[in-house]
Amino acid sequence: MNSKTADRIATGVFVAIAIIIISILVGLFSYILVNGLKHISWEFLTTPSSNIRAGGGIRDQLFNSFYILLITMIIAVPLGVGGGIYMAEYAKPGKVTDIIRSCIEVLASLPSIVIGMFGLLMFVNVTGWGYTILGGALALTVFNLPVIVRVSEDSIRAVPRDLKEASLALGITHWHTIKTVILPSAFPSILTGVILAAGRVFGEAAALLFTAGLSTPRLDYTNWNPFSDQSPLNIFRPAETLAVHIWSVNTQGLIPDVEEVSNGSAAVLVISVLLFNLLARWIGRLIHKKITATK
Amino acid sequence: MASALMNKPTGKQEVQSVRQINKELILEVNNLEIFYGEKRAVNEISMVIEKNSITALIGPSGCGKSTFLRSINRMNDLIPGARAEGEIIYEDLNILSEQINVVALRKEIGMVFQKPNPFPKSIYENITHALKFAGIKKKSMLDEIVEESLQKAALWDEVKDRLHKSALSLSGGQQQRLCIARTIAMKPTIMLLDEPSSALDPISNAKVEELIIDLKKDYSIIIVTHNMQQASRISDKTAFFFKGDLIEYDATEKIFTNPSVKKTEEYISGRFG
Repeated sequence: MNSKTADRIATGVFVAIAIIIISILVGLFSYILVNGLKHISWEFLTTPSSNIRAGGGIRDQLFNSFYILLITMIIAVPLGVGGGIYMAEYAKPGKVTDIIRSCIEVLASLPSIVIGMFGLLMFVNVTGWGYTILGGALALTVFNLPVIVRVSEDSIRAVPRDLKEASLALGITHWHTIKTVILPSAFPSILTGVILAAGRVFGEAAALLFTAGLSTPRLDYTNWNPFSDQSPLNIFRPAETLAVHIWSVNTQGLIPDVEEVSNGSAAVLVISVLLFNLLARWIGRLIHKKITATK
Repeated sequence: MASALMNKPTGKQEVQSVRQINKELILEVNNLEIFYGEKRAVNEISMVIEKNSITALIGPSGCGKSTFLRSINRMNDLIPGARAEGEIIYEDLNILSEQINVVALRKEIGMVFQKPNPFPKSIYENITHALKFAGIKKKSMLDEIVEESLQKAALWDEVKDRLHKSALSLSGGQQQRLCIARTIAMKPTIMLLDEPSSALDPISNAKVEELIIDLKKDYSIIIVTHNMQQASRISDKTAFFFKGDLIEYDATEKIFTNPSVKKTEEYISGRFG
């Protein structure tokens, strides 16, 4: 076989692989959307779920998913990016750094159900909070931290050394260089990592079963006092997310329209993740344009 | 001026070198040795650098000239395992001392690198970046310094209508002059140039050279170059490095017409390197 044929075969193989990946994706999406879209209506999105009767919606679950995502990101992004900065800029090569890195890798490979059990122990029992949004968010932080640290470290390391030297050579301190030169350059790739992590948070169920719980109290959306039990903003209340809801109606649902609700929820979940990605990327691009002066 | 370079005042006097105070000198290097881990990259070199002159460092790759240059503003601090012994005296202080505030030092000893490395920001911000950090916040003041430094770097006419466009939209030669402009903006006393035009086309190279000669009246310039013609065209003094040793250091004219060491002559005439 000459090299020309080999080259042609290689091209063919990779095209085939690409086609397989795309068809899996398209198949999955169309299955979810075809089955789910017909059940999505304004009413479905805005009525609370029902435990026994048909016709329940997913209002609270949808809100909970976004709210837990927000709280998780508020905790995980500063910690994760900070960890990434430390690993890339401050950690001296050596034993300690190697140990930290292996810890992060082990953490990244923990199954989410194990993190859920750990969350139950730490954030539910030891703290005495019971099932709470905060407990769920902390468990998801444990779950996502390694990814964000890793991505931030890699993105910071990928910033050309020239730029760092240019800034330092102008008499600028290390921290100011990180803040004004390195982080802005690394921003697009850090953002990609954060979006991936956010997608995982949105779709995660196992880590939330024992931490944020399977129920949501009766919520009053006009009550904005975060300390009130009925307020949706209260972070010390149990909260069933969309992903957990799909799991729970399928395994222990008593409602007659289980299929409709779970198909509709699945479609909403997928669309939400998609919208969230697009929105985050769009905002990220605006910020990047602003700081790099590119039009 | 000198005291601003100290991290904090210490009781004991900085070690004074044996040199006589000479107004014409800006740097004095005494027995400088630089190591990367166990490997010695520069062997006990001693030389003086004159004020308001252009000093060229030449020699084959790996001869230690860039390492030496980078030790003058302590950029080697960034390389794990790099350390320097001996002294480099600037304003009566040893630059290599632990007590030197490197951030303040680098404001006075600026550096331009081989590859143009503008920040991915606007042309204007490339220059104001360090100024703002140094505490200059007033818009009118910043505008003034931006114009002045771009003028000095002979770039103003080419970019004055697009100051707020990305610096990455400039050509390589313009980018390098922008890098020189942002160094000028900090009003350093010494400028270190590490092969500043080796990545540029001949026309941009000529412009950068012209600029360097022009800058001599305000700054002391030390330039590393692989280009013999460049060294002979622009520099006042030339130092030839080989395998970490300073082989010969003399007036450029002498080095290029009548070097006293055979090795120098061989290198200059292109017999090795």
